Amino acid sequence: MSHTAEPTTHLAHHFSDTQQQADTAKLGTWVFLLTEVLLFGGLFCFYSIYRSWNPEIFHNAHKFLNVGLGATNTVVLIVSSLTMALAIRSMQLGERRKTIWFLVATFLLATTFMVIKYFEYSHKIHLGQLPGQWYTFQGVEGTNPHIFFSAYFMMTGLHGFHVLGGMGLITWLIIKTARGGFSPAYYTPIEMTGLYWHLVDLIWIFLFPLFYLIG
Amino acid sequence: MSAFLAGGIFALLIRLELISPAKEVFDADGYNQVFTLHGAIMIFMFLIPSIPAAFGNFVMPLMIGAKDVAFPRLNLASWYVYLTGAGFALYAIFTGGIDTGWTFYTPYSTTTTTAVIPMTFGVFVMGFSSIFTGINFVVTIHKLRAPGMTWFKMPLFVWGIYATALIQILATPVLGITLALLIVERFAGIGIFDPAMGGDPVLFQHFFWFYSHPAVYIMILPGMAIISELIAAFSHRHIFGYKFIGFSSLGIAFTGFLVWGHHMFVSGQSDLSSVIFSFITFFVGVPSGIKIFNWIATMYKGSISLKAPMLWAIAFLIEFSIGGFTGIVLGALSIDVHLHDTYFVVAHFHYVMVGGTVMALFGGLHYWWPKMWGRMYNETLAAIAAVLVFIGFNVTFFIQFIMGTQGMPRRYYTYLPQFESMHGFSSIGTLIMAVGYFLIGGYLIYAIFKGKPAGPNPWKALTMEWEIPSPPPHGNFEGTPQLRHGPYDYDKVVADNAVPEYMHEPHR
Repeated sequence: MSHTAEPTTHLAHHFSDTQQQADTAKLGTWVFLLTEVLLFGGLFCFYSIYRSWNPEIFHNAHKFLNVGLGATNTVVLIVSSLTMALAIRSMQLGERRKTIWFLVATFLLATTFMVIKYFEYSHKIHLGQLPGQWYTFQGVEGTNPHIFFSAYFMMTGLHGFHVLGGMGLITWLIIKTARGGFSPAYYTPIEMTGLYWHLVDLIWIFLFPLFYLIG
Repeated sequence: MSAFLAGGIFALLIRLELISPAKEVFDADGYNQVFTLHGAIMIFMFLIPSIPAAFGNFVMPLMIGAKDVAFPRLNLASWYVYLTGAGFALYAIFTGGIDTGWTFYTPYSTTTTTAVIPMTFGVFVMGFSSIFTGINFVVTIHKLRAPGMTWFKMPLFVWGIYATALIQILATPVLGITLALLIVERFAGIGIFDPAMGGDPVLFQHFFWFYSHPAVYIMILPGMAIISELIAAFSHRHIFGYKFIGFSSLGIAFTGFLVWGHHMFVSGQSDLSSVIFSFITFFVGVPSGIKIFNWIATMYKGSISLKAPMLWAIAFLIEFSIGGFTGIVLGALSIDVHLHDTYFVVAHFHYVMVGGTVMALFGGLHYWWPKMWGRMYNETLAAIAAVLVFIGFNVTFFIQFIMGTQGMPRRYYTYLPQFESMHGFSSIGTLIMAVGYFLIGGYLIYAIFKGKPAGPNPWKALTMEWEIPSPPPHGNFEGTPQLRHGPYDYDKVVADNAVPEYMHEPHR
């Protein structure tokens, strides 16, 4: 906290210097990510309970997921994490144009993910695998196979909302970077969005084997 | 506060209905709705947000010498989010109400025709408000303490708020996902909690209590945090066992996550888990006991001044002890099977929540009211009100322990004739309490406009919020505040009610 305060427009009135402000933002983001982990934790708990009760149903039902598309999406998200990290790196080096390009790349990869997800979802809805009152699919052996699809749609759906939220944040970052809102001295929002984006990526890395690679 | 008023009026209606076994104010369905609304409003809209959002936001930054909370905009957002959630809850009330009880247990909550979705969605949204507050407090306490304000020089209120914030962060997301699952279950029938479709209704109870048991500590820990301040300030003595009180807050927060199963002794969990949950439940008594003993040790040989806030603190000590001991009774497996879902449980949690949290809340309100508005209230009226509420409270709820042991079940709209006199007695207590509450509302509001100027430090307390003018100026402190003495150094420092040097005129 002994860093000298440099004159900057980004320092809010209640902080003594930019270092304190950046540390505060970072801690706040990590705590927020912790709440996200717990939010998904409830669903992972739900998944593990019902899988341990119905191992055969989960095994039989997972065959209806397309491993190829799931794997593609995994690669897409991992690459988007890389481009996100490169965007932060570029801003640290003061390369604004590069930052924008990396952010745009991240956004496009996220869009790719959502488009692939859209095709997966619409195919399943077409087959009548949407759980609850719409469930009509008869192809899975065993009682109550819809439980697998309940877990699948709830978990990938909540994850999908997080991807959409991340796309919104990245759009905001692109605009703000283009207007010169960030500099090597102040790029906290890019870094924080990066942390969030890596978490979204990480959750998918757990979801992929749990749903697509059973057995 | 308006939520407290609304919830309180529902409580009054419940007691009026129960004056006799016959139908007075409303019928059985109406009664189900009213006790649900009383519970849901009091818990989600009053007890959980009240102390952290009101005193935490106001006093905590002052106490650690911060100019504001870490994320002021997030803080404001949490207020709007809370209002949005409350809006959904109101919408639920006006579109058919809700009759599930505040716990929203499945399978009833997925089959009743009342407005479960708007209500649970409202609670879901308010959960975000709670999470935002928690994040804000944890980060503020970590990063914005004034130079010299080390962890063990923080006032104990801050320790309590810190423990509360940790629970808010770690438990509330689980409630969020539980209610989301409930909404999806009700909306789409995905069968998670429906045995006919391979689901399990008890799973809902596990999920729900994983949040809602820690949530009772979200309600009581800030109350305890206030009591630590009151006891030290009005005994004019260094708090006894500072570190023990501080760490016992964290101890309660931690243990609170491991005891949710004691709500489900008769819900069909395995005997082994019941035994383990019962055993861990007893451990909650240890940090709570540590606090009570340290507070009493602080008062021992202190120079106690019986101002209004201290009266509330003493009421807290008495009533929380009763609430705590009956908690141990309920935590014992064999006894709980007998007492489960009786008035004994009702009396127990009202002793903890009203006798504990609400007494502490009013203590804090009377303690910091002069700091908030710069004006003093009428202390005679304040003492009368405190005594009225104390008597009314005990008349209302003590007899409910007795009714509970004799088998009066909770949530019943009518009862056997043998309980009539006891129910009548209890209802009279509620009226006494109501008079006390309205009296408080009256003189506190009067004080804002017509009260005598209070000065910066009317109680001659030593925590940092009393070093600045009342009400605090924008930005709280002039320059970077310096810590000159510990929060409880009453043996070394004598505080006065003088205006600080940099403020020549009392702030109006």
